[in-house]
Amino acid sequence: MKRASGKFFVVSVAVLSVCLLCVNAFAKEPYKIGALLAVTGPASFLGEPEKNTALMLQDQINKTGGINGHPLEIIIEDTKSDETSAVLSAKKLLENDKVLAIIGPSTTGESMALVPIMNNAKTPLVSCAAGAPITQPANERYWIFKTPQYDTSAVEAIYGYMKKQGISKVGIITISTGFGDAGKKALQSIAPKYGMTIVAEEKYGPKDSDMTTQLTKIKVSGAQAVINWSVGPGQVIVTKNWYALRMGIPLYQSHGWGSKKNIELAGKAAEGVIAPLGRLVVWDKLSDKNPQKALLKKYTQDYEARYKSEPGTFGGHAYDSIMMLVDALKKVGPDKKKIRDYMETKIKNWPGTGGIFNMSKNDHCGLDKNAFEMVVVKNGDWSLLK
Amino acid sequence: MLTVFLQFLFSGLTVGAVYALVAIGFNITYNATSIINLAQGEFVVIGGLMMWFFSESLKLPFFVSVALTIITAGIVGLLMERLTIKPLKNADLLLMIMITIAVSIVLRGILMLSFGKEPYVYPAFTEGEPVNVYGAIIQQQALWVIGITGFCIVVLFLFFKKTMMGKAMLACAVNPTAAKLVGINVSQMVMFSFVLSAIVGAIGGMAITPISLMEYDKGPMLAVKGFCAAIMGGLGSNRGAVLGGFLIGVLESMTAGYIHSGSKDAVALVILLLILFLKPSGLFVSKTMLQLRKF
Repeated sequence: MKRASGKFFVVSVAVLSVCLLCVNAFAKEPYKIGALLAVTGPASFLGEPEKNTALMLQDQINKTGGINGHPLEIIIEDTKSDETSAVLSAKKLLENDKVLAIIGPSTTGESMALVPIMNNAKTPLVSCAAGAPITQPANERYWIFKTPQYDTSAVEAIYGYMKKQGISKVGIITISTGFGDAGKKALQSIAPKYGMTIVAEEKYGPKDSDMTTQLTKIKVSGAQAVINWSVGPGQVIVTKNWYALRMGIPLYQSHGWGSKKNIELAGKAAEGVIAPLGRLVVWDKLSDKNPQKALLKKYTQDYEARYKSEPGTFGGHAYDSIMMLVDALKKVGPDKKKIRDYMETKIKNWPGTGGIFNMSKNDHCGLDKNAFEMVVVKNGDWSLLK
Repeated sequence: MLTVFLQFLFSGLTVGAVYALVAIGFNITYNATSIINLAQGEFVVIGGLMMWFFSESLKLPFFVSVALTIITAGIVGLLMERLTIKPLKNADLLLMIMITIAVSIVLRGILMLSFGKEPYVYPAFTEGEPVNVYGAIIQQQALWVIGITGFCIVVLFLFFKKTMMGKAMLACAVNPTAAKLVGINVSQMVMFSFVLSAIVGAIGGMAITPISLMEYDKGPMLAVKGFCAAIMGGLGSNRGAVLGGFLIGVLESMTAGYIHSGSKDAVALVILLLILFLKPSGLFVSKTMLQLRKF
């Protein structure tokens, strides 16, 4: 009996001293950031790479000594792609975990639900969703930021390129989801600025199997180009139909086209399809002088080594959100107001995966059409257009 | 103008062919059991995804893949009947229909876990230039879809009219007790009807996937459209199902073409409602037959 308790004593001392050593290594208290991500539910294709990115960055930062000696702790909550659940999780993060800032949520709807909560809690939110209303109007979005590019920037990139090609009449075809409707609105409202006329405007459902009819209408409308705005299988079916119809006019896709999987699925039909893409998917085609190249290369390669899959644009949004906060924490420490001010005033010429960010009082996203490269599919691979 | 019209027509016929096959699938189980099997859409998905698995992933020859896909779909239909329908032989019909919804959810879950959420595709059955009919361009695969549907319709017609087994299945539908008395194994016929409907659905899935791609959750949409087609033609009538399927497909395409693509689903459903108001039994089912129905 006595020997047993003696042994116990020795073991406890050993364990305790190991613990103390660990604590000594990170003597300072951790910086806590919340992450609200749609890990499950219909938007899980967004939340999954975002979660993976958050876990990877947390490990990388803590392995290299944390933020000024403070370990970074990212508390991930699954929002299940649902607004109510996002709000409840946000309250938990703010009240129980006392986080300094929150990244996410993954979708525009969830982000909008959090706007009043974050403004009341006076805590910065860096959303990973694209919708323009998340950060506009800027004076009502004091604590809110976002990292994905605006839809309107993608439209401007397309129209800008078309103008150079001498195209002025376009037919648009959009999917009947939030993404497609937002794209359609942007396409219509920006058209006059670039002297574009929309001569045909078609729609299809997310589970439709054939868009030949819609494309035939665009063909006879006299359009000089087709623009398809969708994510998911629809963009591949449109591409295949466009190819089968031999339409004789170029097909442009939205920034949702940026996955190698789409080229694989569409096969030779994808040849010649043009799209505005973030530089993340074409990092290996960029010149070495590009300020984004080094970080894109490191992020993509690290991610692929760890998870055996493409990070995609969405993982990149989480990367940008987290790294901005880490940057702010490094410079101003754990003060919510100072973090916010730093984000608004000091994120200038800041290279991220989504582009070169330039935040300002009136723009809490900081990206414009220059965040995109016009990319054409050539021999089954991306190729940059000049 | 003719060119454009033909283009719309062929697009509608291609999509309608699959609706027709799904509608026939509904009829086969309905005729033998009075059950509306709402997992019918999942059979189409199984057809497309398993064909991809055998031909693209395992790289088996075309005809071997087709045979294996049909066998797999048949086994799924068989298991479904033996595990969920048979144990509840005398249960309420509505309950049975709810069980088929449960089965469809389970099947979708299994498909999602094994294939993931991405769409799949394999090359068309014959490679080559699309066919040009008066300026309208038709993909070769679209002709395959329409042709295969036609072939299935003829084979099923002969099966039900000319073979003993087909006639026995029809007998079960008309009066299970009497069928039993003359020595027909009713339970076996019910099982066979599920197998057959699964195979018909899977054939549709195999044919359409090169055109429309296939992903795990395409089933419910196909089931709804196929069900509309079956109702439009009159539940239980295969002639009606075929006509209903093509009619809905063409109506959708024409609405998208001549009115607006945003309203195509709505117009097809409005016409379905009109038909049901004017002729509640559907286009090809008489009033007396309607009275004999249990559901």
